[in-house]
Amino acid sequence: MSDGYNFAYLDEATKRMIRRALLKAVAIPGYQVPFSSREMPMPYGWGTGGVQVTAACLTPSDVLKVIDQGADDTTNAVSIRSFFARVAGVATTERTADATIIQTRHRIPEQPLTEDQILVYQVPIPEPLRFLEPRETETRRMHALSDYGLMHVRLYEDIARHGAITKAYAYPVMVAGRYVMDPSPIPRFDNPKLDRSPALQLFGAGRESRIYAVPPWTEVRSLDFDDYPFEATKADAPCALCGATDSYLDEVIVDDAGGRMFVCSDTDYCAGRRAAGHRGIAAPPELVDMGEAP
Amino acid sequence: MGAMMDGLHLAGGFADPATDAATAFRAVLQAMARPGQIESVRGAAPPAPCSHAAGAALLTLVDSTTPLYLAGAHDCDTLRDWVRFHTGAPLVGRSEAAFALGTWDALVPLTGYPVGTPEYPDRSATLIVDLPALSGTGARLTGPGIRDAAALSLPDPAAFAANAARFPLGLDFILCAGDRLAALPRTIRVEVA
Amino acid sequence: MYVATKGGETAIANAHAWLAEERRGDPGVPDLTVAQIRDQMGVAVARVMAEGALYDPDLAALALKQARGDMVEAVFLIRAFRTTLPRLGSSLPVDTGAMACDRRISAVFKDLPGGQMLGPTFDYTHRLIDFALAAGEPPPPAPETPAAPGPVPHVTTFLKREGVLQDEPGGAPLPPDLTREPLELPADRPLRLQALARGDEGFLLGLAYSTQRGYGRNHAFVGELRIGAVAVEVDIPELGFAVDIGEVTLTECETVNQFQGSATQPAQFTRGYGLVFGQSERKAISMALVDRALRARELGEVDATAPAQDEEFVLSHCDNVQASGFLEHIKLPHYVDFQAELELVRKLRAEASGVALQEAAE
Repeated sequence: MSDGYNFAYLDEATKRMIRRALLKAVAIPGYQVPFSSREMPMPYGWGTGGVQVTAACLTPSDVLKVIDQGADDTTNAVSIRSFFARVAGVATTERTADATIIQTRHRIPEQPLTEDQILVYQVPIPEPLRFLEPRETETRRMHALSDYGLMHVRLYEDIARHGAITKAYAYPVMVAGRYVMDPSPIPRFDNPKLDRSPALQLFGAGRESRIYAVPPWTEVRSLDFDDYPFEATKADAPCALCGATDSYLDEVIVDDAGGRMFVCSDTDYCAGRRAAGHRGIAAPPELVDMGEAP
Repeated sequence: MGAMMDGLHLAGGFADPATDAATAFRAVLQAMARPGQIESVRGAAPPAPCSHAAGAALLTLVDSTTPLYLAGAHDCDTLRDWVRFHTGAPLVGRSEAAFALGTWDALVPLTGYPVGTPEYPDRSATLIVDLPALSGTGARLTGPGIRDAAALSLPDPAAFAANAARFPLGLDFILCAGDRLAALPRTIRVEVA
Repeated sequence: MYVATKGGETAIANAHAWLAEERRGDPGVPDLTVAQIRDQMGVAVARVMAEGALYDPDLAALALKQARGDMVEAVFLIRAFRTTLPRLGSSLPVDTGAMACDRRISAVFKDLPGGQMLGPTFDYTHRLIDFALAAGEPPPPAPETPAAPGPVPHVTTFLKREGVLQDEPGGAPLPPDLTREPLELPADRPLRLQALARGDEGFLLGLAYSTQRGYGRNHAFVGELRIGAVAVEVDIPELGFAVDIGEVTLTECETVNQFQGSATQPAQFTRGYGLVFGQSERKAISMALVDRALRARELGEVDATAPAQDEEFVLSHCDNVQASGFLEHIKLPHYVDFQAELELVRKLRAEASGVALQEAAE
């Protein structure tokens, strides 16, 4: 652990403030609790909300996993994971199953979470109504009155114009039948995993000073209409590395002619499947051990 | 100022504040997220009549920015001094309280506490209730955090049900007995089993 | 065969090493010292302290060195460091009336008690590049006069005495604290002033300028601008009196603006207020103009719809640490979201061309 800093970086008074906000967030699912976000050593917009929530929840015996775009090895995930290894001395992992706390940006892991896990989301814009109404004073009133007509109008206009709801990510949800919530910019493919998850889901928006939560087993419904039901979508292809047909895929451009292939966005899921012998069309001939140099 | 003189208030805090508070918080968070689940907490030894679990909750959540209401027998010199020394919380009446601590009988009726506003339902009091015992039997609980249904020994299910009826306004509870605690957020539907 | 790119850790370490080299520059050129930056880049240091919300010239100078002169990056370093400092107590309000002024001017009276004192200002320099400076020649000695005895009274005290200047109600004994509580809207004036004091100089300059050009016009006179050192005092309960713990250099600006009056109030001048760490007069004047603009509703100015009069707009966007972080985060990978949009656009295009084909066939 790094000398000169308190366990998990934040001072105790700051952690208490975040912890109080977290408990109220759990007690009022989907409601955005204002908290006094601090300047962190990484920039606003780069996960400061998630980092503060994780710092307030970490205990010395936790095992932390950090993903960005589903991957453990993306630069910002690497940076945040090494930050906590340094200031909290906690064990880290890339394996979803081994983690007790998972901090994420833009994805929910493919492997179903368990009751022993906490998923911490980094949130850029916590207010689902923000793009319809820029004023905080107005959106706060709308939540207070459950006045979500504007959101339904916006979604219906989409259908009228495009024949479909055009929210591809950050697709709004209704939590426990009361608050409309922004699930952070996860692809809408991930929305069904929010619903009745055994894990506790915590959301931190640092720059916007908001914390919110979805308790375990809580109903989370993606907003839709009877004649236009919600649809979780992804690229219609199997993973080129592991052959998975049930995972969210990244599209990779592989040559100058614009040739493409699709691979799992969740790197741990993909590696696990390959370790179990699954193969896609472009898999390396022999299994590459992710931990060792060839 | 008897306790101040004999130094009782100095003892009973967390030995390692950062990690003890982290561990205690996780227990409280688990309890609040999974109503009916009973957690153990260690590390705090407050003076009577405050339970060790309630003491740990205070040390973890309360400080000079959170007004605290001590109800009934908990409003005694020794506990007041301990709370002041370890948390710095201003002691107030129930209408200004962010947290309240006492036995069920001392804390009821559940009126006069801040329950939040429609714009800010989070600005509501959390009641830390010291109970003689705590077990996973009794009132039937359903709602967020609970897979199907849970059971918890609640002192007065009807009072909790009335609190839940005000959602999203309302009070949240941390229920303590010895070194164990459970929690009951305002979301939970409470029925007599 | 395809192997996904890995190695974020190595890439980050290498980038940091390169950055450190670039920061140092040519090793044949002497390394800048913190003292050199502190003493010779004083205005830059002041801005870092003001927007970093931490008065420590040495630390601000070090932050500037580490940030390669990037002001917003230096401000960010100071803010992140500030997070780790425990709060031991609060000072008493500083008394700017007792300031030891280095500079003090008023644009509303030709002469007044305490006098006009230009001080070390760029104002009347001709903006000609000074090539002698490149040669490292020392400046000619500045003439000295003995400091005027006693405190210099605020210009507004004379206007207030006559009753032509609106009285400002005293604030709560303990104002809200933006660094300890989340910003809540609507915000009262003490909270607004805190946000503006930390706000980005360029953003506030642009807003203030917009009010001068008619977007919420409210003609401002610089009632007074003063720069100098004030004592910082802390109440020590155990001692029963306040103790002087040091001094800070501040720039204070009070503007005098006209107010038409109303059915119940005769015409009076109103005020805008700016107070900033260090010698930061462009910021202090901008702050005073924006403060005054944000009082439009309170002062009953109808149709207060200009950007500088919009509290939510100004306060939500004036912090450059928030703004630059969020702006630059779009450099981070977004390929999951982009992929989702790509799928959707392809689907909508396929459906549209399907409809077009069908229509053509009919």
